[in-house]
Amino acid sequence: MLDTATALKRTPFHAKHVAAGAKLVPFAGHQMPIQYEGILTEHRTVRAGVGVFDVSHMGEIRLRGPGAIAYSNRLVTNEVGPSLPDGKVVYSPMCLETGGIIDDLLVYASGAERLLVVNASNAAKDLAWIRDHAPADVEVIDESEETAQLAVQGPRAEDVVAAVYGDRARALAFYEGFEEGRGEDWTLVSRTGYTGEDGFEIYVRAGRAEALWDRVFAAGNQYGIRPIGLGARDTLRLEMGYCLYGNDIDETTNPLEAGLAWTVRAEKNDFIGREAIAKVRKDGVPRRLLGLILEGNRIARPGFEVTNLERRVGTVTSGTMGISIGRPVAMAYLDAADAKPGSHLDVVARGQRIPALVAGRPMYTQGSVRSPKPRRPQ
Amino acid sequence: MNVPKDLRYTKEHEWIRTHGGEVEVGITEYAQGELGDVIFVDLPAPGTKVEQMKAFGSIDAVKTVSDLFAPVSGEITAVNESLKDNPALVNQSPYEQGWMVKIRVAKDADAEGLLSADAYEKLLGATA
Repeated sequence: MLDTATALKRTPFHAKHVAAGAKLVPFAGHQMPIQYEGILTEHRTVRAGVGVFDVSHMGEIRLRGPGAIAYSNRLVTNEVGPSLPDGKVVYSPMCLETGGIIDDLLVYASGAERLLVVNASNAAKDLAWIRDHAPADVEVIDESEETAQLAVQGPRAEDVVAAVYGDRARALAFYEGFEEGRGEDWTLVSRTGYTGEDGFEIYVRAGRAEALWDRVFAAGNQYGIRPIGLGARDTLRLEMGYCLYGNDIDETTNPLEAGLAWTVRAEKNDFIGREAIAKVRKDGVPRRLLGLILEGNRIARPGFEVTNLERRVGTVTSGTMGISIGRPVAMAYLDAADAKPGSHLDVVARGQRIPALVAGRPMYTQGSVRSPKPRRPQ
Repeated sequence: MNVPKDLRYTKEHEWIRTHGGEVEVGITEYAQGELGDVIFVDLPAPGTKVEQMKAFGSIDAVKTVSDLFAPVSGEITAVNESLKDNPALVNQSPYEQGWMVKIRVAKDADAEGLLSADAYEKLLGATA
């Protein structure tokens, strides 16, 4: 235990977590706050006011050089080519030739460069894949260690971020960002998030992290701003039906069955996985990732069977309490014939059948987010 | 960490409070903190026979599910009905309002073999 603990990385906000009384757990090689006051309270804080997540564990990979933009567009399924305006942000899977998802990530159009923000659990694998496939005119730079990131999320997030960065922040559309400063003073602010609420993500260099935390909390004091742990991050994202890599998507799932067809631009003339995904589109998907809303209070856990009256029709990939819905929620891959929102199935939880309603994603539709679709990696 | 002196404990973080031939059972403050927000407690009906250190119920917290182990063998005589509507009592008051079941003890020796408060505190020290 101790050996593992010492090998874990601390984020630049570590001292802030300790001071705030966080419960810290190992997550993707980092010591991360799972909760501060409790998941229920933290979840409600983000839905009703504003909360702050340390997401510095995520990976940042910069592509630089004459071929950077073309290469980024070959790596991912969504459109991030030269037509993408500076400052825009795009959510996309990055696929294997088989169409299986290597990771899901955000691509930032940063002048002549592209900044890819990837899942912490996949950062090393992604970096190796991106380096292996890079043409000679693209430099691949790992900025993960030197980058700190805070997500400020909730209906009051705009007021908080505008108090720090001015009206420029208010003017941002959803999935748009701006950069300012250079070197140690570099800052990237984007209107993005993983909660279903309006929100922003702020990237700074590690040396500026604690000052950023202090400014954000000072600005948010009047709105009751609180730090939020990974526990509530999961309940918030799951109510929205946002995929979590490793649970809902992985190298054995393709974007079409995962409900991410909107991120696949088949008209792009070349990207890795294009042929395999085109074949899946032509043949039809045998299973689909959908939401479930369960009766009672028992939580569906990954691996639980989903059945109709006759047979098994699917498997749960994620489940939790839908705190704002008031019912347990889950996501499951269901046989296409049974994957009909509005129909009724059972989840088998520790030997007991729990009735469940099949639901489209998002399951929670009352959030302040400006568009429910684009989402980001964990 | 609150570890009341008048209770006895299991290594799985249950406590018992003895009332004559019956014990009240719950989980410790440490256990509720590790679980986080409890949202469902699955308990057997009164009359169910339980066996020492066998699972007899489960606790669903937001992040995880955990088995409940019977500290003693015997028969369930009562379950805490208020946990149905308010499972958070397990977090708020683990040693009082958050009790889970009462068991009529089959063998007195079962309870005597459990950890004292001091021994349980030592176990927590080794865990933390």
